[in-house]
Amino acid sequence: MAGTTCTCNCSVSNLTGEAKIEHLLELYKGNPSALIVVLSAIQTELGYLPKDWMVRVAEELNMPLTDVYGAATFYAAFSMQPKGKYTINLCVGTACYVKGAPEVQAAIEKELGIKPGETTEDRKFSFNLVHCIGACGIAPVMTINGDVCPKVTKDTVAEILSKYE
Amino acid sequence: MATVTVTIDNRQIEVEQGITILEAAKKIGLKIPTLCHMREINEIGSCRICIVEVQGARTLQAACVTPVYDGMVVRTNTETVRQSRKMLLELILSTHPAECLTCLRNTNCELQTLAKSFGIDEIRFKRVTGKMVKEDSIDRSSPSLVRDPRKCVLCGRCVAVCEKVQGVKAIGSVNRGFDTVVAPPFDLELGDTNCVNCGQCALVCPTGAITEKDDTAEVWAALSDPTKHVVVQTAPAVRVAIAEEFGMEPGTLGTGKMVAALRILGFDKVFDTDFAADLTIMEEGNELLQRLESKQNLPLITSCSPGWIKYVEHFYPELISNLSTCKSPQQMLGALIKTYYAEKENIDPKDIVSVSIMPCTAKKFESARDEMNASGYQDVDYVLTTREFARMCKAAGIDWDNLPEEEFDTPLGISTGAGVIFGTTGGVMEAALRTAYELVTKEELDSLEFTAVRGLEGVKEAEIEMNSVKLKVAVVHSLKNAKIVMDKVKEGTADYAFIEVMACPGGCIGGGGQPIPTDLNVRMKRVAGIYQADEQLPIRKSHENPAIQALYEEYLGEPLSEKSHQLLHTEYVERDLFTNAPAKKEEKTAI
Repeated sequence: MAGTTCTCNCSVSNLTGEAKIEHLLELYKGNPSALIVVLSAIQTELGYLPKDWMVRVAEELNMPLTDVYGAATFYAAFSMQPKGKYTINLCVGTACYVKGAPEVQAAIEKELGIKPGETTEDRKFSFNLVHCIGACGIAPVMTINGDVCPKVTKDTVAEILSKYE
Repeated sequence: MATVTVTIDNRQIEVEQGITILEAAKKIGLKIPTLCHMREINEIGSCRICIVEVQGARTLQAACVTPVYDGMVVRTNTETVRQSRKMLLELILSTHPAECLTCLRNTNCELQTLAKSFGIDEIRFKRVTGKMVKEDSIDRSSPSLVRDPRKCVLCGRCVAVCEKVQGVKAIGSVNRGFDTVVAPPFDLELGDTNCVNCGQCALVCPTGAITEKDDTAEVWAALSDPTKHVVVQTAPAVRVAIAEEFGMEPGTLGTGKMVAALRILGFDKVFDTDFAADLTIMEEGNELLQRLESKQNLPLITSCSPGWIKYVEHFYPELISNLSTCKSPQQMLGALIKTYYAEKENIDPKDIVSVSIMPCTAKKFESARDEMNASGYQDVDYVLTTREFARMCKAAGIDWDNLPEEEFDTPLGISTGAGVIFGTTGGVMEAALRTAYELVTKEELDSLEFTAVRGLEGVKEAEIEMNSVKLKVAVVHSLKNAKIVMDKVKEGTADYAFIEVMACPGGCIGGGGQPIPTDLNVRMKRVAGIYQADEQLPIRKSHENPAIQALYEEYLGEPLSEKSHQLLHTEYVERDLFTNAPAKKEEKTAI
């Protein structure tokens, strides 16, 4: 990830999870300009921004908690809700919409029991609506953790989802 | 100074290079309307109300952030400008509840004024709000301030003043675009945060989105209860500002009329916080001499400003031992009213309702602190700001112009010039020096004015020689300036013996409870009013106050006596960095 290249002699890229976040907090101690780098790392490593970690970030980078929370709520890339193992992005842009995205959405909602913006209780799936991913030729389209699923119909939803364990 | 020639509305002027269109227009007598703009504090051009036509520019430009250049041609009053401004205002109004009649800021609201001057005669758009603005989302958690995000126009002035002037940033922008709200982080309410209650946000809010918490109903109830003996005290800074609420010039000295008005409202006794300011000098002056002798807990730092106290408790808990243990004058007088005065007049303190009129919203928080019950009761029951006091006067039909001038009640209304200057930055220091100098040297001062500690410069320093010992002192106002000095104290690079801190810019005269508007110009005039009051008083040194001398003789014994400690001194709490909770040691912050 951009900006996380370490200037000390260790290798950040070898670290994962909380160890990586702790390392970045140490590295950027007292440096509020590293806010986005650190929040991105937390988002990547933990799947969301837990409250306690945001408080830690404010303390370690020496900045108002308000600024940490402000950035966390400003950028769409950050989430305050725990994310599922798999993120489904269903396109509801114009082309997908007219080709049946609403029916696909209803099928996903029924299959998983969640609405857009939510995560299943077992934290397996998160479900979002997106507006055009530039693949109108294979509409209606959705992605699951980056895998592109073309020409989805309400009848193929269950089968597609069953492939993700 | 490099200059440029600009044409504004067909008038050519030569102005300093680098200034904005807004500032240049002022020089030819044009006041371009603004909403979000605050000079040097909030220059973000976000509300766009100040848009003007600049020849050659593709779109209308915000006058408050666009610098002038040589040959620039600006038009501020074309049909396009007028229509665009009106549309912008209508869009702002489309999210704003039309509750002017029941709003605290009715007739003193910048949005209302703009709507009037732009000739808004109908609200064309159906009201819509972002998803974070709930109709029941009024935040009444703070003892000092009320947040009503429904009325917020997102100008950012409160956030800017909290961050750039006070260095706290208890509130900020949350979310994005239409869903943006100004709020504390997470689901915290203002009363749960590290907000120091200074009220500078309420002072700069153009609408009624942040206001003082109104306690007038409780005071009216006490005044109409025949079983209660209702006593009031007035802070020094109120007397130089209250007249503004009745159309007088800022800085107009309103002491006598203010006392008369309080009697008309029905207060049984009208006392003066200035008396307790004199008492503070006696206690704090002796505390300073004691610390200088023992060389412990130096520098001594003043403790009159409750916003400052809470700031230390959150941000500099390691400096708590440097704070004077003296209560603020409000709380000293509160403790004395329900003990000394009650005993003297043979009144049961449980029947006394003690009210104070303060320039300050943080005083509301202070009076409710757990420590403030030396009399066995809450020492000060209700705190009203200058603005609330003015509203009570208006409700009672008080005709300010025709009020007589009256005197405070004795003995807790007798005070000196040293007491009154507590109302401005530098005043506590000057009052302390007047007394300390004479107590230490046993010589009379030639001149009472310590001009080095006067004025509105952010950090002031002075060196005073007493018995050939040099004493270095500092005076700061606004918490961002306090931070500069406190960091030096923490690092051990400051060699001050005594530091005066007032949380608000200009000191109490610029407090969060003062009349709106309070800007630099208004602050300067109120400061002048304070020094005028000082000069007019027959006694100008705290230790010469006969009522203070009598208090020590009859009741307290001597400064820093056991009784003084019990009634007039206090202790402080270490608080969490981001929340109002007491600091939890060795534990992770919980929110």
